[in-house]
Amino acid sequence: MNPQITYKPSEEVDFVIVGSGAAGGVLAKELSTAGFKVVVLEQGRWIDPSDFSHDEITITNEFQLTNNPRQQPQAFRRTPQDKAQKQFAVIYGRLVGGGSVHFTGNFWRFHEIDFVERSRRGTIAGTGFADWPLTYADLEPYYTKVEWEIGISGLAGASPFDPPRSKPYPLPPMPVKSSGVLFERAAWKLGLHPFPAPLAILSQPYRGRAGCIHCGRCEAFGCEVGAKTSSLASVIPVAQQTGRCEIRTESYVHRVEINQQGRATGVAYFDAHRQPQFQKARAVIVSANGAETARLMLLSRSPSFPQGLANSSGMVGKHLMINGYTEVFATFDEPLNEFKSVTDTRVLHDFYEMDPKLGFYGGGGIDARFGYPPIGFALGALPPDAPRWGKAYKNWLASYSRTMLLASHATSLPLETNSISLDPELKDAWGLPAMCVTYKDHPDDLNTVRYLRDRSIEILQAAKAPKVWAAPVQEQSIAVHLLGTCRMGNDPKTSVINSDHRAHDVPNLFLCDGSSFVTSGRGQPTMTIQALAFRAADRIAAAARRGEV
Amino acid sequence: MKGNSENDLNRRRFLSAGIRGAGGAWVSLHWPAIMAAAQHAAHMREAVPPAKLEVLTAEQAAEIEAAACRIIPTDDTPGARDAGVIYFIDRALATFAQESRADYEKGLLVLQARTREMFPGTQKFSQATPEQQDAVLKALEGQPIFELILTQTVMGFLADPARGGNRGEVAWKLTGFDDSPAFAPPFGYYDRDYPGWKPPEEK
Repeated sequence: MNPQITYKPSEEVDFVIVGSGAAGGVLAKELSTAGFKVVVLEQGRWIDPSDFSHDEITITNEFQLTNNPRQQPQAFRRTPQDKAQKQFAVIYGRLVGGGSVHFTGNFWRFHEIDFVERSRRGTIAGTGFADWPLTYADLEPYYTKVEWEIGISGLAGASPFDPPRSKPYPLPPMPVKSSGVLFERAAWKLGLHPFPAPLAILSQPYRGRAGCIHCGRCEAFGCEVGAKTSSLASVIPVAQQTGRCEIRTESYVHRVEINQQGRATGVAYFDAHRQPQFQKARAVIVSANGAETARLMLLSRSPSFPQGLANSSGMVGKHLMINGYTEVFATFDEPLNEFKSVTDTRVLHDFYEMDPKLGFYGGGGIDARFGYPPIGFALGALPPDAPRWGKAYKNWLASYSRTMLLASHATSLPLETNSISLDPELKDAWGLPAMCVTYKDHPDDLNTVRYLRDRSIEILQAAKAPKVWAAPVQEQSIAVHLLGTCRMGNDPKTSVINSDHRAHDVPNLFLCDGSSFVTSGRGQPTMTIQALAFRAADRIAAAARRGEV
Repeated sequence: MKGNSENDLNRRRFLSAGIRGAGGAWVSLHWPAIMAAAQHAAHMREAVPPAKLEVLTAEQAAEIEAAACRIIPTDDTPGARDAGVIYFIDRALATFAQESRADYEKGLLVLQARTREMFPGTQKFSQATPEQQDAVLKALEGQPIFELILTQTVMGFLADPARGGNRGEVAWKLTGFDDSPAFAPPFGYYDRDYPGWKPPEEK
């Protein structure tokens, strides 16, 4: 850990921020550089990048970077009518830097349509499909700010579908991989428009950080050279250098406390020794991710907020969106060696807005990658009809370096029935109610993914892949994109926060992370989470200076 | 000084592994990061545990290894036995998979019972012929003991050698995987002659 100031919990700081991930890290940096005293409470540990592992088991079985279901079990059910079963359903980053440490680094801006799609397309019966209370134009300066502050590689103008931008990318795109070349040539043949993937990975050294050395451990792993622009590598060191920001680790917040005037006074948490502590603050910002932020609001219920804090609308925890996703695989005759370098180098957005004549709502993007480390491939990525053991299975293992896939990332419709709630029975290792995840994909979401799967098959066939196979499209039960559970809006009856991220019900409580989303975008939310966080920081700092926090 | 000689060693190790295709300018630009990654990789390699059993009895190990050798057999390339998968499994039971110990206790009895039932007179799975073993495993597909041995065999075959299996990186050689800490383009066959990004209209 870097040297930093420490505050006593009894000292009232300007802001306490719950969570140090994509949003919390940005808010910590922006508010501390603006002169405010900030304490960031992070559930997880501080892991030095030199301790990041290239070993799959450390990631998948020892949960080095993510929440551990042994300590924090979860329950899952398809619909509110079902009885939830103990099941691991939500994966998130649980260390300083949060999910930005292990994410793949795909960094798509939302397009103009994402913010106004309900007005353009009309309502969709039975869903909470709505416009955002802000537009692409409101967010554009902050998208640009993210790109230049933390370092994004890409090529402006390469996609004809890109929304307008005020500045090019600060860094050139990453060198293409074999999957990108095969995808690009085949897509062009079909009249599509592939372009170099915008990535939160430095193609060259930037602001004192190393450029990518192509080790191939982006997706699911941490970057030990700091080329991936996690909050840990980019904004948190800046926050600490201000001398005004403390990152306090292994601090598990379980309650936002409210006084009789209805104002937040600070947060209660368990420290590293599971002792109860209380951090006082003038204002509370929750950036705990789209699952834990909602859970914390529900855990903070009180006589004045019997349904959960900031939940007079009843919308806390509702409208969970996790993005549709599917994979189509292909093997080629020669090695692609997709285990090297960044996960994906080419993307296409031709299907970002699908034709309403298809009869369902949706949209998405497709990228070329492989992304499976050897064990993941051997246990989870062979064709459904492939042998599972024996000599013939071993022959399949030998195809590893010749395999790639097209990944489709897609919309999820916001449904009130898809939610984060508190399980009535299950408890975590601290004795707190565990989260219950209720999720059933809307039929349009599944149709969207099927459509993208079929286009992916066409592209891989146009690439003349000797063998192509598709993973079955089915209802999802594991979520990594956690969106929509404390949605923003102008109407306090139908939303939890306003467009400045201020809770409608509590004047000095701000919620800012994936939970703020109104719609899901097309599958790469981190860029928008960070743009929202930069914008929220501006709004919150200005309000604080006016004495309005 | 110790630190320097360690650095020199890592540097030599790393250079001997080579960054294929990397030019001098690229290497010097990225040198600090590459050195850090190389030291990290060397540190991981030093952690390879010795081949001895800590949790499993010799008999349990023989039964599990016999099954592992049918799941990933040795043919013209190394299989589960050559990779030391049993040492991976033993170590897993001592570390991240402690809860599987009871599953083996119970499951190996199922494996032996099914062997005796299908091939009367054969007491242990490891005493059956390879063909008999395949028949027993086929009959147990979907059962917890089969799925456990399958999963941990595949993991042990392909895991980082620091976990006790994949000795000599035999599985990585089979798959074509390479865990070098840094690479430079071109990465594969199809990006070798890429002329640079240009939209089709300009071609």
